[in-house]
Amino acid sequence: MRALTFAKRNLKEILRDPLNLAFTFGFPLVLLLLLSLIQANIPVSMFEIEHLTPGITVFGLSFTTLFTATIISKDRQSSFLVRLYTTPMKPLDFILGYTLPIIPIALIQSAVCYIAALALGLDLSINLLWALLLIIPISLLYIALGLLCGSLLNDKQVGGVCGALLTNLSAWLSGIWFELELVGGVFEGIANLLPFVHAVEAERAFVIGNFSSALPHIAVVLGYALLLLALAVWAFLRQMKD
Amino acid sequence: MTAIKIEGLTKRYGDITALDGLDLEIGEGELFALLGVNGAGKTTTVKMLSCLTRASSGDAFLHGHSINNDQGAVKSIIALSPQETAVSRILTVRENLELICGIYKFSKEKTEAKIKELCSLLSLDSVINRKAGKLSGGWQRRLSIAMALISEPKILFLDEPTLGLDVLARHELWDIILSLKGRVTVILTTHYMEEAERLSDRIGILKNGRLLVCDTAENIKRLGNAETFEQAFVNIVREAQI
Repeated sequence: MRALTFAKRNLKEILRDPLNLAFTFGFPLVLLLLLSLIQANIPVSMFEIEHLTPGITVFGLSFTTLFTATIISKDRQSSFLVRLYTTPMKPLDFILGYTLPIIPIALIQSAVCYIAALALGLDLSINLLWALLLIIPISLLYIALGLLCGSLLNDKQVGGVCGALLTNLSAWLSGIWFELELVGGVFEGIANLLPFVHAVEAERAFVIGNFSSALPHIAVVLGYALLLLALAVWAFLRQMKD
Repeated sequence: MTAIKIEGLTKRYGDITALDGLDLEIGEGELFALLGVNGAGKTTTVKMLSCLTRASSGDAFLHGHSINNDQGAVKSIIALSPQETAVSRILTVRENLELICGIYKFSKEKTEAKIKELCSLLSLDSVINRKAGKLSGGWQRRLSIAMALISEPKILFLDEPTLGLDVLARHELWDIILSLKGRVTVILTTHYMEEAERLSDRIGILKNGRLLVCDTAENIKRLGNAETFEQAFVNIVREAQI
């Protein structure tokens, strides 16, 4: 399978960068520990471990967008992709090759977060396994964003758009750090129109075993994921022809 | 035997004609250089022949396969070493070669044999376990050519292969390119007159998308009424009223 060969290469590209490792596994853990410490001193319902962990887990996925977009834009700029376009690789091999390595990274990242949360007092239950599996469709949303940005932007632009703008958007508009109702109005309306808060709410519902309440949120996340994936494929094919 | 037959190949980008009705035949095993100032149409020609961009009109047949209608067959007999080194910088030399072997679905035994053969041909043994990004420009070019040769292409496109190299690295690469003569049909684009003169069986000079002349270096000198090839090139390009 050409896609798997290419995916293996992309996995190495991501994991051999120490900065990627720090952001993937270190940063969400630091946030979890820091906010749990705050919670221990000044109790806030927002930062209770079963409420906080799903949010940080989803927030951690925004870094996968950055990795995906960066590797594609660098491959475009270095003409590495041009070389591969003259081989028998098909467009699907490229899309799968960039997508597949991110899914295990997202799963391991989330598992690390939940294991750390168990040590911080999160109740162990089978729901955590379902919450972990829910990370797969949610990660598709972030991977699709990465595919789209990597196909349209150069690596400097990717740093700005995915590294700064997107991580902030997914942080502020997700209801992880504060209740969106507290701000209300247009801000809350915009947040509810975007998928980030729905990803967090679905993950939170899974952690407490309230699966039926997660369904509308999952529908929004999947809708966005499919739409963005379609746009990403279009953008990738367009730059391939250019 | 004819390796490449080009018939009225044209590429337009909006109002700009990058290549205008190119007709050309290149023999099997020939080393053919495309020369021209910036914007002459060299890279556009290579891009169309290697199926990276569609022709606006006309066609080319590579060992009988049309670039318009039989791209899969064309891709199975060509390889490209792009202007940029186009290697995976974080992978070692061996891993880069293994990646391309994987894309061509080589068995483990064939992969090992191929890596051994190419490392010997391009003297890559001493750097085989070093990361490609840590190598000098000359070594990266060697790796780039090795990656292009893995699939045993019948036609090899070398786009500015010695661009930016020091004089020693350039001469070493020339020796490697000369060693391919007769075994592979090589299409070389370059800005260096000495490179074209020294390496090529025939040279095509392009200006504003039109082929001005196509002949041996000696005949081009006579045609350009000059002692040196460089002066002949300057005379021919300056006198052409296009």
